[in-house]
Amino acid sequence: MKRIAVTVNGTRRESEVEPRQLLVIHLREDLGLTGTKIGCDTTSCGACTVLIDGKSVKSCNVLAVQADGREVTTIEGLAADGTMHPLQEAFRNNHGLQCGYCTPGMIMAALSLIDAGTPLEDEEDIRLALEGNLCRCTGYQNIVKSIKDAAGQMRSSASA
Amino acid sequence: MARTEQAQRYVGGGVLRKEDPELLTGQGKYTDDIVVPGMVWAIVVRSPFAHARINSVDTSRAGGMPGVIAVYSGADLASEWAGPLPMAWPVTEDINNPPHWPVAKDKARFAGDAVAVVVAESRAQAKDAAASVEVDYEALDPVVGVEAALRDGAPLVHDEFGTNKCYTWPLADGEVDDVFAKAPVVVKERYVHPRLIPNAIEPRAIVVQPVPSQGEFTMWSATQVPHIAKVTLSITLGIPESKFRVIAPEVGGGFGSKLQVYAEEAICLAVARRLGRPVKWVEERSENYLATHHGRGMIQDMEVAATEEGKLLGVRAKMLVDMGGYLQLVTPGIPLLGAFLYAGPYSAECYSVEFTGVFTNRTPTDAYRGAGRPEATYAVERIMDALARRVGKDPAEVRRMNFLPPFSEPTPTPSGLSFDSGNYEATLDKALELVGYDELRKEQAARRESKDVKQLGVGLSTYIEMCGLAPSQVLASLRYVAGGWDSATIRCHPTGKVTVLSGATPHGQGHETSWSQIVADALGIPFDDIEILHGDTAVVPLGMDTYGSRSVSVGGVAIHHAAERVKEKARKIAAHELEVAEDDLEFADGKFQVKGAPDKAKSIPEVAFSAWTAHNLPEGLEPGLEETYVFDPPNFTYPSGAHICAVEIDTDTGKTEVVRYIAVDDCGTIINPMIVEGQIRGGVAQGIAEALFEEAVYDDNGTLLTSSMATYAIPSAAELPRFTLAGNVTPSSTNPLGVKGVGEAGTIAAPPAVVNAVIDALSHFGVTEIDMPATPERVWNAIQNAKGGSK
Ligand code: FES
Ligand code: FES
Repeated sequence: MKRIAVTVNGTRRESEVEPRQLLVIHLREDLGLTGTKIGCDTTSCGACTVLIDGKSVKSCNVLAVQADGREVTTIEGLAADGTMHPLQEAFRNNHGLQCGYCTPGMIMAALSLIDAGTPLEDEEDIRLALEGNLCRCTGYQNIVKSIKDAAGQMRSSASA
Repeated sequence: MARTEQAQRYVGGGVLRKEDPELLTGQGKYTDDIVVPGMVWAIVVRSPFAHARINSVDTSRAGGMPGVIAVYSGADLASEWAGPLPMAWPVTEDINNPPHWPVAKDKARFAGDAVAVVVAESRAQAKDAAASVEVDYEALDPVVGVEAALRDGAPLVHDEFGTNKCYTWPLADGEVDDVFAKAPVVVKERYVHPRLIPNAIEPRAIVVQPVPSQGEFTMWSATQVPHIAKVTLSITLGIPESKFRVIAPEVGGGFGSKLQVYAEEAICLAVARRLGRPVKWVEERSENYLATHHGRGMIQDMEVAATEEGKLLGVRAKMLVDMGGYLQLVTPGIPLLGAFLYAGPYSAECYSVEFTGVFTNRTPTDAYRGAGRPEATYAVERIMDALARRVGKDPAEVRRMNFLPPFSEPTPTPSGLSFDSGNYEATLDKALELVGYDELRKEQAARRESKDVKQLGVGLSTYIEMCGLAPSQVLASLRYVAGGWDSATIRCHPTGKVTVLSGATPHGQGHETSWSQIVADALGIPFDDIEILHGDTAVVPLGMDTYGSRSVSVGGVAIHHAAERVKEKARKIAAHELEVAEDDLEFADGKFQVKGAPDKAKSIPEVAFSAWTAHNLPEGLEPGLEETYVFDPPNFTYPSGAHICAVEIDTDTGKTEVVRYIAVDDCGTIINPMIVEGQIRGGVAQGIAEALFEEAVYDDNGTLLTSSMATYAIPSAAELPRFTLAGNVTPSSTNPLGVKGVGEAGTIAAPPAVVNAVIDALSHFGVTEIDMPATPERVWNAIQNAKGGSK
């Protein structure tokens, strides 16, 4: 067992983990943050996407010990004071989710794209950037639209 | 913003989904998110062989590993089963129906068949120990394809039958052979519909909590069918149904793959009963590829007879259907859901189809979005294009001359069913206009002329489907063992709030929103004051769950009727309180108003309060305002539409790109356009993927080669185009809401639209056929073969 301290959604969480423990299992089962989902065992689906130090990673492909001393943001960390994050709002307004299982990963992946300044004005850009996240319900069009909307809104309010 | 008390029209409006805030913030609870104190983990050990005798299972080494509580072989658990896993659709009297035990005892019949179960304190410990279970297999020759399985001397999947044939189910009407013998034109083609892997992004998961002293069990399962699971598993396990509760919490997509009662559900119940402890099992994706049922898998020999002009005279088709290693819940019946649709929306004098189910050493097949109807539609729409080529007409024209004329009342069709309503030609015209058909044809001609590397093709699919499963008596005539009704209960609380219990169990479709819209309009209750409960057999006792695009046209209609019953009773109370005759009241703006004196009125919440106090009720009326309705539809519903796809094919590489996709659908009255469009988009995406990318590929040993998300080509956003959607509504004559259903339209319509477009792009080279998925390799080969052949 190894002792780690991870700042998750702004709170420092100390725990003992097995060295082989995956970050996604640590988040879900040790810390009770079940908003992050597991959809595959080949790092293909992106349902487990979270941010580490602001960058999106597939948490099924990272060991919990690798997050030691770093900042992790999960879907539970986005809404503040009962107000949804602009990305969450945009997904709702554009019907960007159906079963919702891919959604936390989609949103975290999109957030990191927006924060990194990835060009997202063009739908084609968004589609390419989203290649690592699979959705089986929506056919993607409304996800793309949601991200486009949110990116526009977040960037214009950031530059205002 | 405060709402006025004016009648709100929610139905037809783009109301945002009630479900979303919870799902968007990570608060939605799916089965894998459920933790029960004292819970142990189960892992299933699976056969790596497609076909093998199990000589022995040695559990001793695994049993001694850290954290391991128990290891069970099939023989160890045999005493747990009061019966085999359920198979609810014996389509013929003489069907070969093998017993399907949750854990195999003597033989493994597909790669992935369960052979042992390991239970440990933690998931990791169970997994470690699973690798140490020693199974002595004697590998047997497998049968992998349906045609090979029917050959003399083929290895037998189930020895006791002496054949791999499961059943033959025929349906014929009219003088078929005579019509074909005399017809001036007969077109015959063979279509191979590959097996598909449904791939809901949420894998399956199960948690069982027993109460040993009471003999009670609660099972949470990522299922589409908690009600069906309760009935059937109580039989398999011998648990009294009255002591068994099944809950489908949030479910992350199903697409038919969770319309199933699985071995792992039975296993978890058995283990929980043996150990007296809660048990959890969560499917890994690689297991999902092997142990969650597959879809499609059919070879279709499709024929039409026609006049020289292309007017259809008859349809004759013979199908070989891959059952896989066992019959799951409705495996044999899946093709029957398409059996009546082999004439599409067209008229014909005679009709004959025959399905032969065949066992193979592969994962069992069962429902996958569309279930039988995509196969039928694919055959019909492909052959309509072949017929058009044969008679030298435009595919739109051949369809037009064969459409059933517009109708709004039940109308008989070639297969013997009566369709509910439709205006197929108008729908096609709308699609042709939206796609810019004439322009596309001109552009296509120009590219052919200039020998452009990128050739353009246009594909039509004017589909019809059969939804709203189903009139119970029709199901009886098809030998399905359950009914097709669904239930709704509307409970009006004294505080004005309303709870609705629905027997339809959603897994992403947004029932809570749509049902609230129906109730809000019917009872004049604010949308936000309505709470929809579903998916828990203890809360909603009566239900037939969600599949086959049945929710709105059965469950939604049940809600409509329950609301009418609420209003009937409420009218009595309102009339009594207002001291007028019932006939003097009209229900308007969400209230019972005295005709001519609208100020004298009672709303449903006011009546609900009176019904609760029961201080002043009409003589003989029971207190309370709660009504249930169980709706058994009198007919199916028949959504239809015209989808047109334009593709560009790079003739150097064989790569196909969908450059335009237009869907014009008639799903009847629309409750929520946003949700309906979402269903169509998702379905079309899956249908395009079926046409171009996806296929479960097996090698000769019966090993699944496309066994992970890394090798099975689920499209990402980057591989899919935008779609343009439009509607052409004809209200269904089957139910008072006029709804038809929309969940499967996309997967039914899209594959032939895309494949027809691919062939159309290459037809001037002489290409007339290509099987799904039309991968670059297949397309390139088709071009080369056609060019080679034309030399
Ligand atoms: S669960 Fe991490 S990519 Fe699929
Ligand atoms: S919304 Fe269901 S997988 Fe994306």
